[in-house]
Amino acid sequence: MNSRSRRRFLIRIMEASAAALLTGCDRLSQSTAFVRVLGSAESANERLHRLLAEQGASAPVYSEADISLAFPVNGTAHPDHSAYRALAENGFSDWRLDVVGLVRRPAQYSLTALKQLDAGTQITRFDCVEGWSAIAKWRGVPLHSVLDLVQPLPEARYAVFHCADQMAGSNDRYYESLDLEMATHPQTLLAYELNDEALSIGHGAPLRLRVEKQLGYKSAKYLMKIELVSSLAGIGGGRGGYWEDRGYEWYAGI
Amino acid sequence: MGLFNPRPKKGVPTYRHEWPVRLSHWVNAAVVVILLASGLQIFNAHPALYWGEVSAPAARLLSVEAVRVGGTFAGRTTLFASTIDTTGVLGASVNSAGVIRPRAFPNWLTLPSGQALALGRRWHFFFAWVFAANGCLFGIHALRSGHLLHDLLAVSQGRPMAAAVRPKYSVFQRLSYSLIIFGIGPLLVLTGLAMSPGMNAAWPWLTEWFDGRQSARTLHFAGAVALAIFAMLHVLMVAVGGLFRNLHAMLTGWYYPAK
Repeated sequence: MNSRSRRRFLIRIMEASAAALLTGCDRLSQSTAFVRVLGSAESANERLHRLLAEQGASAPVYSEADISLAFPVNGTAHPDHSAYRALAENGFSDWRLDVVGLVRRPAQYSLTALKQLDAGTQITRFDCVEGWSAIAKWRGVPLHSVLDLVQPLPEARYAVFHCADQMAGSNDRYYESLDLEMATHPQTLLAYELNDEALSIGHGAPLRLRVEKQLGYKSAKYLMKIELVSSLAGIGGGRGGYWEDRGYEWYAGI
Repeated sequence: MGLFNPRPKKGVPTYRHEWPVRLSHWVNAAVVVILLASGLQIFNAHPALYWGEVSAPAARLLSVEAVRVGGTFAGRTTLFASTIDTTGVLGASVNSAGVIRPRAFPNWLTLPSGQALALGRRWHFFFAWVFAANGCLFGIHALRSGHLLHDLLAVSQGRPMAAAVRPKYSVFQRLSYSLIIFGIGPLLVLTGLAMSPGMNAAWPWLTEWFDGRQSARTLHFAGAVALAIFAMLHVLMVAVGGLFRNLHAMLTGWYYPAK
């Protein structure tokens, strides 16, 4: 072998070792134990954010001029569910938000009742796990105001959000969950308006969650019920959300 | 030859790489391959880049799309205003069943190979920690040993730990190694952090530095491309300069020059 063909041969070997590394990693991805090891970064990321952020730090807010021209509709665009369709045809006048579980005073709220509570307005950036971002103005009730009314019991650790939409190609309804620290953050909103207009069906009418310090999939649309629980086990796939049950991080701050 | 790989005295073996350098070099080689491939998996979920805070179509710099052509798909890559056909590699490529499907980066360049954003993120965020930790260990060693001042920046003549016979890097090597280690590496870590909504609440100024979240995403991608180009040139240069001798030196520390 002359030096040129030897060189070409060796570069081939390097290419092949990179390809072999990726093939090996591809195989490892199929091992649940290994994926659990990879998932240990999730709590490290959450801990890093807690370490670096001041207590109760807020997501950046923007001005009216920054609002995106178009706010994309993602996930379910129109829940295909007869009970939801009936609510929508009535302009959501029969819709009620149930707040149940580990609370002293379980309650039901109509949209009118929620609008009578002090409203919060914020212009914030929405970051989708896919990679895109858009800025919009949200108006709604801070979740902590509703929690103050129902009074969570001391053993309540999480708020679980049950939604009306069934995801395409699945039998499961969308759901999400937050710990009480995130649930009572002043920017965590039960939003009924987007850019000064009533929430459209595409964006989650009549009520959706806004979680400003985490990715968009935490901000569940089509809210029907908020349940306070002490553990996420036994709800859905047990990992705290529709996408979490499909491998996405429960702590979606990254 | 001297510009790229200064030749030491003939026949005299030299001790070139201390163990922390060798260890961090090989850890980095594997981690960079994993981060690049899982990064492309993440990019594929929204295969476009923008400048500014949001992904406004008017601020789009790059997009990789698939278009329907007859009964199959063709790949179209648009950089600024010019579009080129990239069928087979970007935009549309063969899947594991051998059929052309819409896909920004092809299966053989992503981790996992098929479309799997959640798993790609798990790989990326785990090995991002390894990359950062490895970089810190290398940095501490480079500072303490004199590797940084003597070999990389060439501002000091003496080496406290190693013998003076150690060959110094060429200008080309010093520039490219320093740019990658102190420029591109930290840029990748910081732009990565700037994309995280949790970090945005903790350090809002970081995203502002990069002129917005989507700009940070674009710079993260550009930095990764620069790192990939460096890695390929590096392997080529090592091969040109004597692959066996260089590999031996990076594995054992000792460089045996040609007879």
